[in-house]
Amino acid sequence: MIVANRKSLEEILNMLKPYKKVLLLGCNECVTVCAAGGEREVGVLASELKLSRAKDGQEIEIKEQTLERQCDHEYIDQVRPFVGDYEVILSIACGAGIQYVGEKYRTKIVLPGVNTTFLGVTLEQGVWSERCQGCGECVLHMTGGVCPIARCAKSLLNGPCGGSSNGKCEVDKDLDCGWQLIIDRLKELNQLDRYEEIIPVKDWTTSRDGGPRKRLREDLRL
Amino acid sequence: MKTKSNIERILESGGFVVTSECGPPRGADPEVIRKKGNLLKGVVDAVNVTDNQTSVVRMSSFSSCIILKEMGFDPILQMVCRDRNRIAIQSDILGAGALGINNILCLSGDHQKFGDHPKAKNVFDIDSIQLINTVKILRDDGKFLGGEEVKGKPVLFIGAAENPFADPFEIRAARLGKKVKAGCEFIQTQCIYNMEKFTKWMEMVRDRGLHERCAILAGVTPFKSVGMAKYMKNSVPGMDVPDGMIERMKGVAKEKQSEEGIKICVETIQKLREIPGVRGIHIMAIEWEEKVAEIAQSAGLLPRPQV
Repeated sequence: MIVANRKSLEEILNMLKPYKKVLLLGCNECVTVCAAGGEREVGVLASELKLSRAKDGQEIEIKEQTLERQCDHEYIDQVRPFVGDYEVILSIACGAGIQYVGEKYRTKIVLPGVNTTFLGVTLEQGVWSERCQGCGECVLHMTGGVCPIARCAKSLLNGPCGGSSNGKCEVDKDLDCGWQLIIDRLKELNQLDRYEEIIPVKDWTTSRDGGPRKRLREDLRL
Repeated sequence: MKTKSNIERILESGGFVVTSECGPPRGADPEVIRKKGNLLKGVVDAVNVTDNQTSVVRMSSFSSCIILKEMGFDPILQMVCRDRNRIAIQSDILGAGALGINNILCLSGDHQKFGDHPKAKNVFDIDSIQLINTVKILRDDGKFLGGEEVKGKPVLFIGAAENPFADPFEIRAARLGKKVKAGCEFIQTQCIYNMEKFTKWMEMVRDRGLHERCAILAGVTPFKSVGMAKYMKNSVPGMDVPDGMIERMKGVAKEKQSEEGIKICVETIQKLREIPGVRGIHIMAIEWEEKVAEIAQSAGLLPRPQV
């Protein structure tokens, strides 16, 4: 899933300073799972905002709405009947959702209520961890199913640097060394000989470096 | 001989190599380099010049190499992958070739988190093993990574670093094997304090025959004090300082500690020289360059062969 963190109340209040009528939009997908921008978070944020503004004598009207997805226009269209009643949209979907809402309502200012961080998994209740950077050319079959791009702090493709110690990364004592994980897994899979192969320089054109990406499936187009 | 490198020449003649390093200053004063250089005259066969080590901004390795070259040294250009993509890297390698730099040390580079600009974006377009191979392709095949032909090949002796004490230990020799396969001709190791582990690593290196295809220069760093020893043990990533070493430093009076540090260093060198496959010593006296001559002298490494 796409993992996001809600921005601090202070930062959101600051962005909302000039406005009195706000449409607060949550999303039922990834940000719901990572507890940053789902229906529950919409409710909590709305209450916090109203309370703070009331304390400052700056009443605020907030319409709470959580869409099935903010990355598909058919769901974004659902707020069309009343979007005009509000001065500003505060979206707590991921960065893709926030932008897409803005693309659909071009005269509306859309403010981000979260910081979008990474593609990851739920480790346990309340803990999420990065797994993928969407580089566009997967090498997991060569690295024991553990991604060196996302999980090594230096994205090294040919093994651990000299800072790997007791399974941890030099960057942070609480961070697993990605290459330790790769080597452990290769051993479990009886594939340690794969480590001997030199992985050549990577073609980054499939990643962000090639410019903003677009995917096309002719067979699915109408 | 593939290059004009002094270390390659000594290695080919079967000699034992001595190198040291020079950390560039945090400013534009060339005298700092010249002063450090003067302390190493006649003591070493080549001088490493670090590349923004620990991710702290310093005078570039490249320009410091040129200053040392003008003084008659054979500098080793250290190059990290943290700050340059393959375009900048290849461009600097061509420049090094043009200006008569004969050696390059290919490194991944410390993470910027440790330095004075932790908010910087890192590059890591290629890794150290791919960098080794890049230099080799430019030099031996006369090709850029993009496939085009190089007009005027850069002729550099190719080195890299290896940390025998980092984890996972079991693949450390395999990792060196990848470096050798990529084109690495000499290795300078992380500072050696844990002789037992280093000896084990060298066994693994010899089992693979890597010592015959790549010269291993063993790294040493003298302790100035017990405080430094503790700092190296606890705060420097990938450093392995056995408790016995700390105890030994603790055991002498404060004013005698630097002397003891030098003594340990000299003894370490003597032990390292006995290990089959060790072809030289790399003395890293961090901000203590004035002691390199004394260490080399006491360890019986002087005089150096004439250039």
